[in-house]
Amino acid sequence: MKTDSPFLELADDAPRVRVWFDGLPLDLPAGANLAAALLAAGVQVFRHTPVSGAPRAPFCMMGACFECLVETGGRVQQACMLEVEEDMKIARPHEAEAGNETL
Amino acid sequence: MKRCDLAIIGAGPAGMAAAAEAARQGLSVTLLDEQNRPGGQIYREVDRAGGPRGAILGQEYLHGATLTAGLGGAGITHLPGAVVWAIEDGFRISFSRQGRAGQVDADRVVLATGALERPMPVPGWTLPGVMTAGAAQILLKQSGVLPRRAVLAGSGPLLYLIAAQMVRAGTPPLSLVETQTGASPLAAARHLSGALRGWRYLAKGLKMLAEIKRAGVPRYTGATEIAVAGSTAAEAVTFRSKGQAHSIACGTVLLHHGVVPNTQAARSINVPHVWSDAQQCFVPETGKWGETGRDGVLIAGDGAGISGAMAAEYAGRIAALKAAEELGRITAQERDRLAAPLFSRRSRETAVRPFLDAAYPPFAGAVRPADSTIVCRCEEVTAGDIRSYARLGCLGPNQAKAFGRAGMGPCQGRYCGLTVTALLAEANGQTPDETGYYRIRPPIKPVTLGELAAMENLSANAAE
Repeated sequence: MKTDSPFLELADDAPRVRVWFDGLPLDLPAGANLAAALLAAGVQVFRHTPVSGAPRAPFCMMGACFECLVETGGRVQQACMLEVEEDMKIARPHEAEAGNETL
Repeated sequence: MKRCDLAIIGAGPAGMAAAAEAARQGLSVTLLDEQNRPGGQIYREVDRAGGPRGAILGQEYLHGATLTAGLGGAGITHLPGAVVWAIEDGFRISFSRQGRAGQVDADRVVLATGALERPMPVPGWTLPGVMTAGAAQILLKQSGVLPRRAVLAGSGPLLYLIAAQMVRAGTPPLSLVETQTGASPLAAARHLSGALRGWRYLAKGLKMLAEIKRAGVPRYTGATEIAVAGSTAAEAVTFRSKGQAHSIACGTVLLHHGVVPNTQAARSINVPHVWSDAQQCFVPETGKWGETGRDGVLIAGDGAGISGAMAAEYAGRIAALKAAEELGRITAQERDRLAAPLFSRRSRETAVRPFLDAAYPPFAGAVRPADSTIVCRCEEVTAGDIRSYARLGCLGPNQAKAFGRAGMGPCQGRYCGLTVTALLAEANGQTPDETGYYRIRPPIKPVTLGELAAMENLSANAAE
């Protein structure tokens, strides 16, 4: 867990499981909301826009804005609509082939 | 194909209350909701938010557990994690759930799709670290996660609520930057008699403000020229207040200037909508039962116009009684007798609204953003782009799509539609009603070919 996360987590006794974001290992609470868990772990940029390459991250947290899109399980999906599962491999959309060997 | 009497879309207060009331009147109900657990956004994860999180969120939030408890009854099929992407005549509702598409047929439909944050396009609002205040509420309710160094910017009671909750959680916001001016409470004063009928809400607001003040959170009012600075993430909020320029370094910016009805589903089936001057947004045209211009389609809760969670609960029950009467389960006399106390409780709940709408108007700087501000986040279309389309003869939002793809990204216009209407209306000297809104077509949420290929009817799913 990074210590420089801009987010505070209230005590949580959920067991942590290992996931991979952009090739980096993270230990996140099993079953937690994926977008929230990534934010709490210090992930700031979830994707880059297809139009200008600008960085984006969760905005609405309720499945409406599609800013938190990530690639996992072979699909581009909203991180805020997913739950943390052990050994999840998560990449920024369409960046997996651009030099991330773990994915 | 599974068939039921009533399909309800959305398991927030309106949808949950509608489901319980309809089942009580003998209807078979299918309740479809995108989230994995019931509650909507206002009562999100209420069944799992015990202990310290419950204490931070407060009693009004915990009330939601009385509604989730009502979903276990006979006659209710609750489908959590079901993303509805089409509603067709008949009615046939198509959705994705657990990687597969499914369908359900229903004689009546209650749309209980709730609210969205009013889009607040200010410079830098697309940067990582900028979220809606509602998003911060969801992070807290569902995940127990709070921003450590946050500035709250905009207007409305939700800002006070999240600020007070952050204070209780031990991580108060760095600052509260409010856009309403001294004039707005004065304009609101003429609604005070209504507000006094809703005194409980005013008392709650004052209590929250006291809590925020006690924690030493600086407040600025009448803020203008709000912008978020940062290169790859939010680093500071800049604004002017009382003639002075300010810059507050921060890690998170929470924006909010009201919520608006989530009309995507209603628009996709051509329910007529009309501009509300009081709420500064489009609302579906509904009668007192929630009935719409589409036979058999009722709308309950904030999706019909912003009234809050308690009013939504009563509206859900009222719509369910109407559906039960239309389907012959109760007589019109029984319907009226059962609904009478609900109507009077709903009107008590909504009494405070005209005061709140007048006291906390939308931030003018985000209703008519500067030319360089992005308004369509998905396709990165700026306010200046929209104005230039108007100069080329673009009269409405649907034409704007052809000019520059505004509203054509994955959010399907949810966070730019009202802004694009406002910009075109102003540029063309038309009203919002004349200008209109995006035509919303199914699929109203993305669906994959894999989900379609795996489509099964619900009776097969139910056998799992």
